[in-house]
Amino acid sequence: MSQRVGIIGIGQSAFKSRRDDASYPDLVREAVSQALTDAGLELEQIEAVVYSLSPDAMVGIGNAERLGVDAVGARNKRFLRINTGGSTGISSVAAAFYHVAAGACDVVLTAGADKVGECGDSQSVLNKIWDPTYERALPLGTINMLAMSAVRYMHKYTMDETDMARVVVKNRSHAARNPKAHLRKQTTIDEVMGSRYISWPVKLFDCCPQSSGGCAMVLASESYIKEHGLNAVWITGVGHCSESYYLGDRMGDNVEADHADAFALAHSFKRSFAMAGIDKPDKQVHVAELYAPFSNTEFHAIEAAGLAKLGESPARLRAGEFTIGGKTPVNPSGGVLCTNAIAVTAMVRVAEAALQVWGRAGDHQVKGAKIGIASGNGGDHQFFGTMVVEA
Amino acid sequence: MELLTRTEKWNITYQHALGEVASWFFTQLRDNAKIYGRRCAKSGRVLVPPRAFSDQTLEPTKEWVEVGPGGKIEAFTIVYEPFQNLPDPPYAFGYVTLDGADTAIGGFFKGVDLSDPAKAAQQLRIGRRVATRFAEKRTGDVLDFWFEPVDR
Repeated sequence: MSQRVGIIGIGQSAFKSRRDDASYPDLVREAVSQALTDAGLELEQIEAVVYSLSPDAMVGIGNAERLGVDAVGARNKRFLRINTGGSTGISSVAAAFYHVAAGACDVVLTAGADKVGECGDSQSVLNKIWDPTYERALPLGTINMLAMSAVRYMHKYTMDETDMARVVVKNRSHAARNPKAHLRKQTTIDEVMGSRYISWPVKLFDCCPQSSGGCAMVLASESYIKEHGLNAVWITGVGHCSESYYLGDRMGDNVEADHADAFALAHSFKRSFAMAGIDKPDKQVHVAELYAPFSNTEFHAIEAAGLAKLGESPARLRAGEFTIGGKTPVNPSGGVLCTNAIAVTAMVRVAEAALQVWGRAGDHQVKGAKIGIASGNGGDHQFFGTMVVEA
Repeated sequence: MELLTRTEKWNITYQHALGEVASWFFTQLRDNAKIYGRRCAKSGRVLVPPRAFSDQTLEPTKEWVEVGPGGKIEAFTIVYEPFQNLPDPPYAFGYVTLDGADTAIGGFFKGVDLSDPAKAAQQLRIGRRVATRFAEKRTGDVLDFWFEPVDR
């Protein structure tokens, strides 16, 4: 690659269930405005826009990038919409990165928003991601699909419902320090264990909320950053990896990619680490923002990131290694478990990792963090994106 | 100030073509209460539900193979929460590898008391043998069959 790509501006909403004060484009505009102010740039300096938008039905507007085009100021500019489900946000940052890395542009904006709280039932929308031939008649959704991952993880390794509750307690305590997080109330193992079953073994408190809010980031080439004397942190690793369609193919005695784990996520991380020159992630990475919308999924994400061996993350979490102040804090922002505005959730992971290595994460800052990682998972555990961000 | 909202409902009808492979599969299910997979000639894997091509080799599958009716549980969950346009809870469903198949197929689990979550989860544990049951009136749909745990 000819030159490095830096992050020079970040904007994100204070996420909430509903934002009745703002229409969908208003929310996108809010994040864009913050990111441009943060970068110290004017809209005119943006050369291309990558629009982050997952299923249209979640915001209830067909091809909502059409409505959003004004909110990102894309008139007369290059424009692309990206959708890889839950990983949409990190895929959008990757597309923005490639615009700059390829030498096509010097300054690129990526932005989006979601209003999941306005959707009567997101699981009805998400049920529609399964094929109409063989699986649509089943009550599949993202909660029960990942509850089945928990069941397989429990079977393969040692994890119980109390281990899952510990993830919630940790992430809520982190979110309490992050003013942008949606669920900021601390909780206890007893409170999590006492919450009602949604889809066994997943209980209400093991689930992410349905959030509304936006996120935007400005990326620029190293030469532009130096020429204009801008502050930046650097994207040093980018990876993607996908998995085949059928959930039922990721089960059985001799499968390569077990639904207990996140096999393709591990491959994506390997690609990011190879690009960034990281060979011992458990020793080299200072902070991780990993996509995990249900408590159990944080375990296989930690293992896919190489921060623990397969099956060992529950014990390591119990020992406090992934809490702020521990060896490698995971989701110091509170993570997806505390905030999930689906279209931008995986962008927030990159944004939060960037704020950490920048030393700008405020009360949830991981002291001295210089190398951060981020991930996003989309589809039925299908499209994974990962990044390494460095100071 | 007073903030207003506007309510919208989407009600869209589709008529999805199932294609030759799934049409044959569902015809056998409807008319003969039998479940078939397709064998990939290159890898030998029997894919259930059957597909016209292998996801791993991209070769067309050519041979129909009858599978089940016995099988073993690979994954399950028990849903206790109501969701719009999805069945009334509680219900259990998940994935079963039918005898002779290399991949698991989704279906409901029935014949298990779901009132105690922990006990029900034990009944549906991974590795448990199941039998496939077929509806008396079949329409050619995955809901024409379901699984029940058996002791053997």
